[in-house]
Amino acid sequence: MSLVKTLLIVVLASVSTMALATPKIQHWTTANGARVYYIGAPELPMVDVRVVFDAGSARDGKLPGLALLTNGLLDSGIKGQDEEALAAHFEDLGAQYSASALRDMALVQLRSLSDEKLLVPALQTFSQIVSTPQFPSAVLRRERERLLVGLKAKQESAGDLASDAFYAALYPQHAYGRPTEGTADSLKAISTTQLGEFHRRYYVASNSVIAIVGAVDRQRAEAIAEQLSAPLARGRVASSLPTVPPLEQAVEQRIKHASSQSHILVGQTGMVRGDADYMALYVGNHILGGSGFGSRIMSEIREKRGLAYSAYSYFLPMRQHGPFMLGLQTRNDQVGTAQQVLMQTLSEFVSQGPTRQELNASKKNITGGFPLRIDSNKDLVEYAAMIGFYGLPLDYLDSFNRQVEAVTVEQIRDAFQRRIKPEQMVTVIVGNG
Amino acid sequence: MQPIYKTIYTSLLASLLLIPALAQAGVHEYSLDNGMKILVKEDHRAPVVVSQVWYKVGASDEYGGITGVSHVLEHMMFKGTKRHPAGEFSRIIAENGGRENAFTGKDYTAYFQQLEKSRLHVSMQMEADRMRHLLLPPEEFAKELKVVMEERRLRTDDNPQALTYEQFMATAFVNSPYHQPIIGWMDDLKNLTVDDLRVWYQRYYAPNNATLVVVGDVEPMEVLRMARRYFGGLKPSVLKPSKPRTEFRQRGIRRIEVKAPAQLPFLSMGYKVPVINTAKQAWEPYALEVLAGVLDGGNASRLSRQLVRKQELASSVGAGYNPGSRYGELFIIEASPANGKTVKQLEKAINKQILRLHNKPVSARELERVKAQVLAAKVYQQDSVFYQAMELGMLETTGVGWRTGEQYEEKIRQITAEQVQAVARKYLVEDGLTIAQLVPVKDNGELRK
Repeated sequence: MSLVKTLLIVVLASVSTMALATPKIQHWTTANGARVYYIGAPELPMVDVRVVFDAGSARDGKLPGLALLTNGLLDSGIKGQDEEALAAHFEDLGAQYSASALRDMALVQLRSLSDEKLLVPALQTFSQIVSTPQFPSAVLRRERERLLVGLKAKQESAGDLASDAFYAALYPQHAYGRPTEGTADSLKAISTTQLGEFHRRYYVASNSVIAIVGAVDRQRAEAIAEQLSAPLARGRVASSLPTVPPLEQAVEQRIKHASSQSHILVGQTGMVRGDADYMALYVGNHILGGSGFGSRIMSEIREKRGLAYSAYSYFLPMRQHGPFMLGLQTRNDQVGTAQQVLMQTLSEFVSQGPTRQELNASKKNITGGFPLRIDSNKDLVEYAAMIGFYGLPLDYLDSFNRQVEAVTVEQIRDAFQRRIKPEQMVTVIVGNG
Repeated sequence: MQPIYKTIYTSLLASLLLIPALAQAGVHEYSLDNGMKILVKEDHRAPVVVSQVWYKVGASDEYGGITGVSHVLEHMMFKGTKRHPAGEFSRIIAENGGRENAFTGKDYTAYFQQLEKSRLHVSMQMEADRMRHLLLPPEEFAKELKVVMEERRLRTDDNPQALTYEQFMATAFVNSPYHQPIIGWMDDLKNLTVDDLRVWYQRYYAPNNATLVVVGDVEPMEVLRMARRYFGGLKPSVLKPSKPRTEFRQRGIRRIEVKAPAQLPFLSMGYKVPVINTAKQAWEPYALEVLAGVLDGGNASRLSRQLVRKQELASSVGAGYNPGSRYGELFIIEASPANGKTVKQLEKAINKQILRLHNKPVSARELERVKAQVLAAKVYQQDSVFYQAMELGMLETTGVGWRTGEQYEEKIRQITAEQVQAVARKYLVEDGLTIAQLVPVKDNGELRK
């Protein structure tokens, strides 16, 4: 045992001083103002292109679901090709098209083989889908019906109900509080005219970030970026989102649901992307409930007491303050115990902070595991787009480990004490307890 | 429009055909003297490694009264040995920057770590220790069993579609072990003992019942040397293979209803089909794969196009088939009706699609589309070190063999429209069909209209 321990320490010491090569992100702006982030990855004969617009559901205005429908209907038809032709086109090429809308961003992505015979037609169609979608009314009507069915499906799930109630309680006045999928009333009110207007306003070059990762050189990447951005209007950057007011008092909501477990969500507003306290809160939360086994919440709820299968906490940094959330699911008759243990664990952490030993262990986990975060093109294109969208420094990946290493116990305690208020949180409990 | 398209179309097939030669990456296979198998694949794109230990044991080895034992044992594998007490595995892996977890399937139980490449030995040391020296402390078992029951509530009991699927499988398979759920029946879980786990552990956890799969920025001979050092000294067991329990021939359609608190109805249809392991005609599973692609390979495939978009009967629809299972499987079609439509209408429309497959060969273009997607997916798969290891481990453990996996694309490429029609006629028939319908009820048990 003691020999093993020593060996491990030697290995750890040698690794943490080793310089890990992080992929170099190249950045430029296209002629009409789209910001481009490119990483060459010549090893596999494939290319990922992700285009992100500041066009998430935070831009829904009075019509929740508008951002999602606009994004989802981009491939519903372009001039000369209806939705059937488009779907068949990508699949014939072996290309994969996907689209999704979150609260902050709407994104579209193309994965194609890098062989020019396949890539050229795939990109051409991709570009038309993003720039000149037609939004046929028959498709809108059908997709709206499907979303309405989806809203019903959410009513079956204690987890979905809890999540919607949590966001609504946390952001009563803010767009973040409304579900990305919309509501039955708002979905029914959305017309193709509104989709077209939303598209014209937000799917514009100045409001976009293009991330390219794969087996294309800089010159080809520049051409791809121009091809994608040129048909877009230059437009303007979306206006800043309103800030999120912090909660002033605790809110508790119980929703009755015919399930054998109750879902508990507790939390408050957390942080923004690029937050000054980002590293302290991130590393601190890793210790509290962000790292699965061995984190305090997992240990208290699951390992010591067997109260739940999953128990966690996380910060979701967004353009404005995203949520800080703790969650678990437990048999209905254990809700009281589980809630009490969860809150006790949080309060202790906020008042005392982590131990030095915990911090060291977390630093080793985060920095030692850094290569795993960027070991695929899929990871890289996500990072490149995120860095671009939130305007994070280009050396975000290079400096990540250094910044983690610099965090101290005192900084974590200070950041949690200033920002996390266990007595002023939203609590949502959905179940039959 | 058409001619332009045609040109692109023919030249792209030529491009796709060139890919596999380029993408073929070598797998190195070794065995230790104690019977442990080792598969290594190099991927030098990033300084990382994934290490997985696969055991040939899963829910399909279980029998009445102890269902779920493989999965509970998987949970208990994190609860300590003499050298590494409960929680130590996870702590040491975490300290080394690793990610770790485990999963149990019908035909396998697997443990994995993802690490920066220089730490591979850490995972081997842990896995070797817990392969033979697990403690199974009763107080840890008592807590972990509660965790597993919470997992069952979360994944199955409170999820109406999962609940339906469970009863659907139990209806489709009678004497095959695919009758029982991986997580186990709740009543079996309640009565499971730590001795049941001990018996299971002693019977199946041995080097000659395991495969180590390592993929990443490694040198194969180096991996072999390391594996020898850590696993080489472990004693093999005398293995008793599970009895075959081959499902008897189904003689007619089976139908069930599952009433559960839910908002939406749901339909599952499953046809008994052979898999690579059981097929008398080796090409049949590949023809069934192509068939699944024709029905649900992507957005352009038949079920989405016809049922969701054209007829607007389904809100969602899917088809799937796993040719890599140990025993005979189901070819499954699942669907949720669109607003105002019924499960009955859906079933009728699906039957019409099946009939069409019986009566008419799929078009050349559909066939080529499915093949194009399979060939491209082969390249995309290589973007994930983890997935590459998964595939090797799964194929090896279910008895299909990793070499068979290497020939997959070629086998798919050879499938003809006539063969697709032939398997549709032979297997997508009523006598081998099981249908389950989720009937939503209100919280008070009344039918939801």
